[in-house]
Amino acid sequence: MSKEKIIVVGNGMVGHKFLEFLSERDNRDQFEVITFCEESRLAYDRVQLSAYFSGKTAEDLSLVEDGFFENNGFKVYLEDKVVSIDRDNKTVTSANGEVVAYDKLILATGSFPFVPPIPGKDRDECLVYRTIEDLEAITHGAKTSKRGVVVGGGLLGLEAAKALHDLGLETHVVEFAPRLMAVQVDDGGGAMLRSKIEALGVTVHTEKNTKEIVNGDSSKMRMEFADGESLETDLILFSAGIRPRDELARDSGLEMGPRGGITVNNNCQTSDPDIYSIGECALWDGRIFGLVAPGYQMAKAAVDAIAGDKESEFAGADMSTKLKLMGVDVASIGDAHGNTPNSKSYSYNDEHNEVYKKIVVSEDGKKLLGSVLIGDAEAYGGLLQLMLNDMDLPEHPDSLILPQREGGAPAGLGVDALPDTATICSCNNVTKGDIIASIDGGITELGELKSCTKAGTSCGGCAALVGQVLNAELEKKGIEVNNDLCEHFAHSRQELFDIVRVEEIKTFEELLAKHGTGKGCDICKPTAGSILASCWNDHIMEPSLAGLQDTNDYYMANMQKDGTYSVVPRIPGGEITPEKLIAIGQIAQKYDLYTKITGGQRVDMFGAKVHELPLIWKELVDAGMESGHAYGKSLRTVKSCVGSTWCRYGVQDSVGMAIKLEERYRGVRSPHKIKLAVSGCTRECAEAQCKDVGVIATEHGWNMYVAGNGGMKPRHADLFASDLDDETLIKYIDRFMMFYVRTADRLQRTATWMNNMEGGLDYLKDVIINDSLNLGEELEKQMDHLVDTYQCEWKSTIESPEKVKRFNHFINSDETDSNVVFVKERAQIRPATTKEKSDLIETVAV
Amino acid sequence: MSNNNQWTSICDASDLISNIGVCAQINGKQIAIFQLEANGTTSLYGIDNQDPFSGSNVLSRGLVGDLKGHDVVASPIYKQHFDLSTGKCLEDDSVTLKVYSVRSNEGKIEVAAQ
Repeated sequence: MSKEKIIVVGNGMVGHKFLEFLSERDNRDQFEVITFCEESRLAYDRVQLSAYFSGKTAEDLSLVEDGFFENNGFKVYLEDKVVSIDRDNKTVTSANGEVVAYDKLILATGSFPFVPPIPGKDRDECLVYRTIEDLEAITHGAKTSKRGVVVGGGLLGLEAAKALHDLGLETHVVEFAPRLMAVQVDDGGGAMLRSKIEALGVTVHTEKNTKEIVNGDSSKMRMEFADGESLETDLILFSAGIRPRDELARDSGLEMGPRGGITVNNNCQTSDPDIYSIGECALWDGRIFGLVAPGYQMAKAAVDAIAGDKESEFAGADMSTKLKLMGVDVASIGDAHGNTPNSKSYSYNDEHNEVYKKIVVSEDGKKLLGSVLIGDAEAYGGLLQLMLNDMDLPEHPDSLILPQREGGAPAGLGVDALPDTATICSCNNVTKGDIIASIDGGITELGELKSCTKAGTSCGGCAALVGQVLNAELEKKGIEVNNDLCEHFAHSRQELFDIVRVEEIKTFEELLAKHGTGKGCDICKPTAGSILASCWNDHIMEPSLAGLQDTNDYYMANMQKDGTYSVVPRIPGGEITPEKLIAIGQIAQKYDLYTKITGGQRVDMFGAKVHELPLIWKELVDAGMESGHAYGKSLRTVKSCVGSTWCRYGVQDSVGMAIKLEERYRGVRSPHKIKLAVSGCTRECAEAQCKDVGVIATEHGWNMYVAGNGGMKPRHADLFASDLDDETLIKYIDRFMMFYVRTADRLQRTATWMNNMEGGLDYLKDVIINDSLNLGEELEKQMDHLVDTYQCEWKSTIESPEKVKRFNHFINSDETDSNVVFVKERAQIRPATTKEKSDLIETVAV
Repeated sequence: MSNNNQWTSICDASDLISNIGVCAQINGKQIAIFQLEANGTTSLYGIDNQDPFSGSNVLSRGLVGDLKGHDVVASPIYKQHFDLSTGKCLEDDSVTLKVYSVRSNEGKIEVAAQ
């Protein structure tokens, strides 16, 4: 049987989603798939485009998984576009002259930015905001500009304004309508949004109709408005809406809407049954859907119609949105303007905290029709579900938007009230039923749930709701979410941390007596040891604390499989003098240690016996070195590249910053090990984006990344803040690390901690940057205390004969462990295998 | 070798720190000695120092505590638990270590070993 040939015209977000849906089909082998991608890059995330200006690369934005086309056998024509369709012979012709036959053709050509026909609009300094190439042109243009204007105060316009603002331009927004985001928000919301955005340094001009763009006096151009006023600027970004790219369909004689758009039915089929259209170029029921979620639903409907055994239909889409514009929460649900006849509204306007909330309800007050939320959009998920599922409102609907005061009952309806069919994540089309099915399948953790269902992994708007569904379901199933540390403590690590801090508990005995049972174990003892160290920072070898330490912490070295230890002196930032390198070499030679360079830019010396540790460290300390804490659940290293001091490309002194950070955070005990790195430019030679905290130099300062991880489950770090000065960078790292130390579970790296955090990155930013918990100062103070009380554990140990006495294999003999045997390999020692040992012992015996 | 229960003195009682192990060598044999102290009671234990899973002589460096009422030591290498009274491995019934009587006698810690 010959394969059915599918051609997808356009590899944008929706075109690519179509390919993904198709690739997930069991019967995908029945299809030969070809796609044309006009841009030089395969599909990337246009929704996150502004992240490009805060440090994300084109690669970060890519939506195409490695090997996607190869693994699925899909063919892609890159930088080539379809220019004509021959519907009679069912072929398409491309700009490069390729003629390809199809059985089914999918038009996913998207849209283009609308530029109003203003004289002067074609100047070099007039740009649009849609592709990565556009962004490159904007970056380039910004270099010779002081002021930039965005024409259009809608959703995309405000995104574009953020981009100009981030590029350091004096930014203005010019809007034709009387308010910002005229489509999504009402007057009250628009006013609040305007005041918040102006507070960030962006000037807003409303009711301005640009008549002409002419040469400027103080700037490159001047915009002349219909009301006689004018505005000088060096750069103009048009963001006045989108228009469907439908010329291909039009030229082929497909049925079109009166104002453009390719007419499609519920299967996304055009007037030619073999041609489908999806995304922003498609017109369904007279409407164009300029959001990505409906586009994905169209892609699903089209794949189901072409390849599916059961058909799903596109039935329109809810255009509710929640987003963060320049750090301001904005959400719009359903009939935000109260256009429904006889609808009523409730609104809440808090000028002090700059929060505006409105709900629109039906005439009888029973159903929710729409809502606008500015400044605080937490209620979005719950309100959207109320509307989408046509659920009854509570008796006092205003309770949904009024602030909760102490003692008041929580507003809104619990997730229990949602039907299983309720869509929780509209980006990935995950219903409550899907989530329950995963929980029935044994999932009990938010992080796992998200990676398995994909819910909450695109825009993140539903993440809190996903967490609530999970908790409610687990509770219903009687699965107690047991956070108990172990049988000795009915508390989570976080709770124990708070107890230790608040009650000022200094010993494990006291903690156990007051809050635990039994004698403790190898789980709770090291955890308590770490918490006590994070809070009070007493020497871990103190008699009251020593019994809590794992052998690595107890002997301040890393135990290896044969019971010997490895020794790692600290080499901050990987910078070391020849004298110290020689000292390490001589010490390793003297004690016959195996040496290896670590991944963290230092030297590890293996094969030290217990009694040798203080002797080795005496020599290391004398040579000016200190403990590297390679044995601790604590800061390991701050890796760095050589930076601007030597490198042709470096823009900041990455080594200097790495040393500063490593010397600040050395010895800080934490739930698990912590690794940092600092790169001197965007080439990222220090691989900072796989670290718990990564710092990458920019021309203006430092970009800070958090919660990256290499290892078993690699996680790309999230961009946390951009262009920070040294002081702010350290402030944020202080707060981040201390918040992690206080709230993470035992042995939970920052990556997992982050994956399981309700509210995710936005929440963390709120806590650390906006200080939403009012904790910032306390976290910094706590970190300062740890920094001030730092001591080299090894230096204080070798100075104490009492402590040195414990470094002996036997209590009743000065002999060493005869079971430790080394053989030579590649000119260094290694542990002998069991067979080698018996051979050697026999040899000796004979 | 005249007496199966011959007590060997290994150190002063004051040399032991509660809940931290030490290793004694008696007739070439390595024995891990622990003094567990919690809630006002003190118990002394002796168990083979060799961790049967790694073959290394390290059990004296394991963390001690109790699990379901049994005093245990956790191997510092692969974290198996051994019952200090019986020598039984909690994770693997087929493994039992040898245990030794330990006592405090006139200020000395003594171990009964062949």
